[in-house]
Amino acid sequence: MSKPRVATTSLAGCFGCHMSLLDIDERILSLIERVDFDRSPIDDIKHISQRCAIGLIEGGCCNEENVRVLYEFRKNCDLLISVGDCATMGGIPALRNNIPLQECIDEAYRTGVTVYNPDDITPQDPEIPLLLNRVYPCHEVVKIDYFLPGCPPSADTLWAALTALLSGQPLELPYELLKYD
Amino acid sequence: MNKSIHLTIDGKPVEAKHGQTIMQAADAAGIYIPRLCSHPDLRPIGSCRVCTVIVDGRPQAACVKPAMDGMVIENDTPELLQHRRNIIDMMFVEGNHFCMFCEKSGNCELQAMAYRFGITAPQYPFQFPEKAVDASHPDIMLDHNRCIMCARCVRASQELDGKNVFQAIGRGFHRKIGVDGEKALADTDMAVGDRSADVCPVGCIIKKRIGFRTAIGRRLYDRQPIGSDIEANATP
Ligand code: SF4
Ligand code: SF4
Ligand code: FES
Repeated sequence: MSKPRVATTSLAGCFGCHMSLLDIDERILSLIERVDFDRSPIDDIKHISQRCAIGLIEGGCCNEENVRVLYEFRKNCDLLISVGDCATMGGIPALRNNIPLQECIDEAYRTGVTVYNPDDITPQDPEIPLLLNRVYPCHEVVKIDYFLPGCPPSADTLWAALTALLSGQPLELPYELLKYD
Repeated sequence: MNKSIHLTIDGKPVEAKHGQTIMQAADAAGIYIPRLCSHPDLRPIGSCRVCTVIVDGRPQAACVKPAMDGMVIENDTPELLQHRRNIIDMMFVEGNHFCMFCEKSGNCELQAMAYRFGITAPQYPFQFPEKAVDASHPDIMLDHNRCIMCARCVRASQELDGKNVFQAIGRGFHRKIGVDGEKALADTDMAVGDRSADVCPVGCIIKKRIGFRTAIGRRLYDRQPIGSDIEANATP
């Protein structure tokens, strides 16, 4: 029987959740015995190649590309998990959510005190994904099956969730593993 | 009048004294009724409704309702858990709660309540409202993004400090805590030793220069759910 596949991605996140995943230390050896990794920044596979059992989403949606990636994961994963505070509630990127987008861009590229931009250029290359009006938690864009909050969720939290789901158990975190910080 | 009061909570017999609220009687019996606006040193106002219990079939706020003989009270039921979770969820989406950098994290009663109820994400859409931070006072910061309008600060200032630093102003979604009306905290007679600087259940009234002192893992609610201290008094 082929192994279940796990895909992961980092949208509007800082890769801290992925670092936390690597922080399971030597347990990663037993993880790769039980699963195959599909699309993930860990193996640099660019698109999901076949049906996956679990998709781990780090980060919320701050631009149109994030939304496309999230759709790809929802379409191809049986279970989709929001990992970390950015995926669950927007997180640090969502600090911009009550500031108009133009003000954010001006602050970053034109008026900020450390900005050096003599030609007054703001990024507008078609290669650069368009920013959304605000940052959205993943479950406000697609259906999410489970949430693992935390900034980042600890390695033990990720391990407990993955082992429970891979053995078909319900995901019930013990008290010490549910944290928002 | 000295005849004691007998009631039941979730089927367990509880003895109460005259003048006690349902919450006080439950506390003494080691039964935790979740709460946010209630504080042991302040007059209860029954505003957050997290402490709602079912008394003889009707919802009542346990922090204000006097204990009476023969009451049959439900506290720990799936319906009440759902009702309490709904309130906690609303408090999260109606403010801006960034626990990852909040000085109160680990010691916050709102966050602890969400942990106790096993909330992994709120069920309502986030509002991301625009709220102010008042850092004018040399020793105290006021971050309205985290206020849950429990009015503990209002009561503490009046009842314990003999001042009137805080008031609730505005209506509905725009309701907020004002300081002497629309002033800044530095313009008031607020002092860092005031009790009103201590009672905030969340990270709205924050004393400066003491944040993040306690290591993660040793904070109030890192290992034990909120209410564990009360439940430790339970008789088997
Ligand atoms: S006040 Fe409590 S819930 Fe709000 S951000 Fe701070 S720790 Fe989190
Ligand atoms: S500032 Fe704190 S104590 Fe005052 S109403 Fe807001 S949450 Fe309650
Ligand atoms: S604790 Fe009773 S209404 Fe808030």
